[in-house]
Amino acid sequence: MTGTEDNPSEPVISEAVVSEPVVSGPAAEAPKLPKAHECIIEVQNLGKSYGSIIALRDVSTTVNAGEVTCILGDNGAGKSTLIKVLAGAHEHSEGVFKVDGIERRMSSPRAALALGIATVYQDLAVVPLMPIWRNFFLGSEPTKGVGPLRRLDVAGMKRITRDELLKMGVDLRDVDQPIGTLSGGERQSVAIARAVYFGARVLILDEPTAALGVRQAGVVLRYIAQARDRGLGVVFITHNPHHAYPIGDRFLVLNRGRSLGESAKKDIGIDHLTKLMAGGAELDALAHELRRT
Amino acid sequence: MSGISDVTAAPVTADERLTTTSWAARMMRRPEVGAAVAALVIFVFFSTATDAFLTASGASTWLESSAQFGIMAVAVALLMIGGEFDLSAGTMVGTSGLTVGVLATHLHVNLWAAVLASLVAAALIGALNGWLVVSTGLPSFIVTLGTFFVLQGINLAGTKLVTGQVSVQGFSDVPGFFDARWVFGSSSQLGGFTLQVSVVWWLLLTAAATWVLLRTRAGNWIFAVGGDENSARQVGVPVSRTKIGLFMTTALAAWLVGMLQLFKTSTVQASTGVGQEFIYIICAVVGGCLLTGGYGSAIGAALGALIYGMTLQGIVFAQWDNNWLKAFLGVMLLGAVLVNNWVRQRAEVRK
Repeated sequence: MTGTEDNPSEPVISEAVVSEPVVSGPAAEAPKLPKAHECIIEVQNLGKSYGSIIALRDVSTTVNAGEVTCILGDNGAGKSTLIKVLAGAHEHSEGVFKVDGIERRMSSPRAALALGIATVYQDLAVVPLMPIWRNFFLGSEPTKGVGPLRRLDVAGMKRITRDELLKMGVDLRDVDQPIGTLSGGERQSVAIARAVYFGARVLILDEPTAALGVRQAGVVLRYIAQARDRGLGVVFITHNPHHAYPIGDRFLVLNRGRSLGESAKKDIGIDHLTKLMAGGAELDALAHELRRT
Repeated sequence: MSGISDVTAAPVTADERLTTTSWAARMMRRPEVGAAVAALVIFVFFSTATDAFLTASGASTWLESSAQFGIMAVAVALLMIGGEFDLSAGTMVGTSGLTVGVLATHLHVNLWAAVLASLVAAALIGALNGWLVVSTGLPSFIVTLGTFFVLQGINLAGTKLVTGQVSVQGFSDVPGFFDARWVFGSSSQLGGFTLQVSVVWWLLLTAAATWVLLRTRAGNWIFAVGGDENSARQVGVPVSRTKIGLFMTTALAAWLVGMLQLFKTSTVQASTGVGQEFIYIICAVVGGCLLTGGYGSAIGAALGALIYGMTLQGIVFAQWDNNWLKAFLGVMLLGAVLVNNWVRQRAEVRK
């Protein structure tokens, strides 16, 4: 899944983004991070339809600073649609979408980014053969000097990359190594650190643990905890309740485009969550069907 | 790797992060290392195997030979790092030379105006190549193969149409020839060594390309569009602009080489440059560029051209059958591709 467009024959969006001056440092225009547990994003009865197809309806949840909101659901449950609305890639067609208490309609990922909502997609948007520090600043490289001597601030770029990763709890001896040599979890952390550095207050993580083994998934969950502890609001999309439960503060379960309800952690156990997600009765029926006779 | 699992557990001191990678490991990571070693081996080999190779006049010969390939190889390397090919680069050399030759000798246009017209034409053809590639999404291999044939046809038919011959003659009689020659075709004597101006151009361009690649935003974008176009687009790199710029750079380098050849020999054949495009690509690959883009260096490409130039002249000095050059070229190419492939696998293996 690629970022702003899931349709590769539609490069227009990205080119339009390109023509704007790119953020060249920590986004100064992004609003400040509120205190812990204060609400950043609130959606009420959110719905999205594509023509006659209703992809999402009646979804309500909140994303608070310093908390993790988990969005769970099986394939086709409407997770991707919800991310696209939150990330600004698609406008919602029903309901209310508030950021900092103000109702918003976001027409582009850049608009969402300006409000401090950053999305880390599954493919992470990194170039495997390029060094970590070049990837970190790709598209927003800081320069020094003027005229023909205008050049990359290499020392600064390397230092910031190292420091920002260290804040995430990742210690890399050498930021000069190609990012492709990192493990999946480490690359995920670089992408998260990059989003945080460029002004994210809310981090939307699209299935960050999906392609990872048990140990690597654990690593990524730690990075999510780091981001949360730094006061960011995190939206964690997953189809694995065992990844979501230990870290989540609230859980929104989607099924076939509808919300099956939203619960705070204290109100729901992992067994119930798993059952809810898999569609309870269906799982019982499957168990019955698969039983040895 | 082993440290990952306990990253959050172990607080890290600032000092630990200051440890530097060993010099040898740093060197091995450079794309041009293989080419540097190969260049040294070939230099030593011909220096001992022939008498003429290491003399001042011998060195002037192989350096000049390397320079013309080197200028193109450096530009083609940038394009290849950006993930594209240009098969029309060789015929572009002929087209720019012929444009100036025909305009100045038969249509009596002022020489400098003709040179400028040729420059503009080259930039436009480069931009057209780039625009066709980015707007259609077709492989540049096919698009520039088309341009290659178009230019080859125009070079031959156009020259015959205007001059009645397949080459431009009498160019040295054009007013202003000797002024322009100072820029494009002069040489200076340092003892027995003849420094051709083309060698100066080659060195300047290699230095400029290295600066752009490693120290500017444009360089970062070139690596990114060649390494992963979609990722580059997602983080806001102007992909189309970067690629069109690269095609224009290649065309302008072809223009420069066209001028260097024209003013050096004061004549130009309609078939100039045909078949050379592969040599440029080979020089770039021998210098460490990946065929798949996203990796390589300008210095490497310059070294690749040096290897080619030294071998080309070394075989002459050794009085061997110069058809051996082709066989050697093939071996070098295969060897380089194998080494590059290994480098890429090492860089991408842990996904």
